[in-house]
Amino acid sequence: MALVELRNVSKIYHLGGEEIRALDDLSLDIDGGEFISIIGPSGSGKSTLMHILGCLDTPTRGTLKLDGTEIQNASKRELARIRNEKIGFVFQFFNLLPKLNVMQNVELPMIYAGASTSERRDRSMAALKLVGLENRSQHRPMQLSGGQQQRVAIARALVNNPKIVFADEPTGNLDSHTGEAILTLFRKLSEEGRTIALVTHDPEIAAVTPRRIEIRDGKVAKQLDARLAGLDRLASPATH
Amino acid sequence: MNLLNAITVGFKEIWAHKFRSILTMLGIILGVSSLVAMSALVKGMENGMREVLVAVGGLEKIRIEQQDIPTAQQHLADQAIGMTVHDLHALKASAPLVTQVAPEMRARNIRVTKGGKTTEWANVVGTWPSAVDINQHIIEHGRMFNEVDDDSARNVCVIGTNIRDQLFGDEEEAGRQPIIPIGDTINLGGEPFVVVGVFERYESETEKKRRAFERAQPKTEQSGPARSRGWGGRGRGGDFIFRMKNSTIYIPLNTMYLKFKSATGTNSLPDPRLDVINMRITSIDELEPSLQQARNVLMHTHKGIEDFSFMTQEDMSKNIGTAISNARLSGGIIAVISLLVGGIGIMNIMLASITERIREIGIRKAIGASDANVFIQILVESTVIAIIGGLAGLATSYGLVEVLGAISPVDNTPEITPTAMVVAFAFSALVGVVAGIIPAVKAARLDPIQALRYE
Ligand SMILES: Nc1ncnc2c1ncn2[C@@H]1O[C@H](COP(=O)(O)OP(=O)(O)OP(=O)(O)O)[C@@H](O)[C@H]1O
Ligand SMILES: [Mg+2]
Repeated sequence: MALVELRNVSKIYHLGGEEIRALDDLSLDIDGGEFISIIGPSGSGKSTLMHILGCLDTPTRGTLKLDGTEIQNASKRELARIRNEKIGFVFQFFNLLPKLNVMQNVELPMIYAGASTSERRDRSMAALKLVGLENRSQHRPMQLSGGQQQRVAIARALVNNPKIVFADEPTGNLDSHTGEAILTLFRKLSEEGRTIALVTHDPEIAAVTPRRIEIRDGKVAKQLDARLAGLDRLASPATH
Repeated sequence: MNLLNAITVGFKEIWAHKFRSILTMLGIILGVSSLVAMSALVKGMENGMREVLVAVGGLEKIRIEQQDIPTAQQHLADQAIGMTVHDLHALKASAPLVTQVAPEMRARNIRVTKGGKTTEWANVVGTWPSAVDINQHIIEHGRMFNEVDDDSARNVCVIGTNIRDQLFGDEEEAGRQPIIPIGDTINLGGEPFVVVGVFERYESETEKKRRAFERAQPKTEQSGPARSRGWGGRGRGGDFIFRMKNSTIYIPLNTMYLKFKSATGTNSLPDPRLDVINMRITSIDELEPSLQQARNVLMHTHKGIEDFSFMTQEDMSKNIGTAISNARLSGGIIAVISLLVGGIGIMNIMLASITERIREIGIRKAIGASDANVFIQILVESTVIAIIGGLAGLATSYGLVEVLGAISPVDNTPEITPTAMVVAFAFSALVGVVAGIIPAVKAARLDPIQALRYE
């Protein structure tokens, strides 16, 4: 049984009588421990897909099973719980709370999980250590560089030990060098056994992950899995 | 997320916008303090009125006065001899609900003098020793005259402080120990009377404090010719009742009857009629049956002629009640309105604040905050603002009461009551909760994706 089972999912928006199929009968499985990228041009439905996978949004049609739970049957309260316990988000614009310091930002998911003060302190320090920012815990997000802010966001995404981490264009707001470092961090986390889904429009970034899913007009256009025998070469960006 | 966390977050949010939060609280502060101050003023008023009610003898005191004979009984007029001591004895013997009785017999034009001094006005009353209890007098020096004094119609008297001050000099006002004129002789209508007792000075709490304060001040030298500065009475309003009471002179009933009601050309016997009979009943709850009993007794002694009528303090008590509830209502409405305005201020700020924080709410929801978490966060914030404002308002109310006490026409010290404080505080907290509900619902309902996109 896969960690994520998405079956025939459509997300349809209606704008002034016009039907927009952001996702169109899309099916997808993600296994535990996988490192995948979802790639596609702007407007292809990547973010929509990630929001549905991340239980932030509900599909118009189709079903999603996450870690054995049928999401379409879950209440809003249960969805919040699932997001809190099983999912970590990393966004393009970091989305840290500017009034809280680094430590407090990382602690936030644990507050909603009801962890004790000492547990929160220990685990947030551990998460910060993981991203190499343990000496910045008392700083405000505004006092950090973009790359550092994104590391804090990653620490926050990891702190509740989620089943899967979704990152929507995590390097989109960073220069290439810093972006590189963030990708290296993701690769390291993947090697430690975490499940990570990267959303990007950049094939170069997608090349980091063994498995790539290309989305076009809300449908899966192409799937590449480097782990499948003989396809390793295809996965590497030979054109460059 | 537990409540303690929510409160901590609420405090942080308030602290992060100190100036805005203080402005918002100001509405609640003013509302709470005006609510407390209003009720303190009303309470002061009420205290003043109750003091007056007690000064006139309390609710259990009932006056029986002479009344014209009803027209239907006009033909019996020559048999109507009016109220006499017989009525008193009859009431004492046959009306168990009446606990005490005392007569009042007055005579016209009794000049009260001592040496060269005379009084402006004196209420000279012939009565029984029981008058002290019934009219709630307190004897400070000496004693009330007793039955023996009455039986032997002795020339003794008990005087109020006003009388003493006018005849012996107001030593207290001059900053010295008051004179105690026990055993001294004063002149009533040409007869020498020995002072056997002096009543205590009756005054409102406010007046008592004012005098105590003035006594503590060094006496300033008066300029110009020596004069009485109290003419027409100092103080305001309700002091009249106290001034009257302080001008009392009690003499034994028999002395009054024999010395001042003496036979004249037309009457071969002194006039035995009493002006008033005062009686005290067991309790105000027994008012109706007590009156009925007293009436039955008097109808018997008056041979069925109803030439008397009962006067109770019910009206006064009712008027006090009405005045208090009116004042309370109008003051309360104004204060409640200002609290509501404060609440609207909170709601306004909370709405502005969540609009400012849409993105934050989206982030919180994305990392696992439920709708209820967000709802509680906003609600706690507005409640914390209101509670801090409420507490500050309670502190402010002391100052406000001082200011209002100084400028208001009410002649009583405002009294802040714990009830008023509890009510005002609870109401401010309630206003905070209610004001937070709409913004909290709005925030809780935000769609996380829309909120995350919001710039
Ligand atoms: N709330 C919405 N209402 C209407 N249409 C929407 C809404 N959200 C997304 N869409 C549409 O759905 C489609 C997919 O949008 P989505 O944000 O998933 O694209 P994307 O692949 O993430 O693009 P990008 O790379 O620019 O972020 C787009 O055509 C978009 O206009
Ligand atoms: Mg997108």
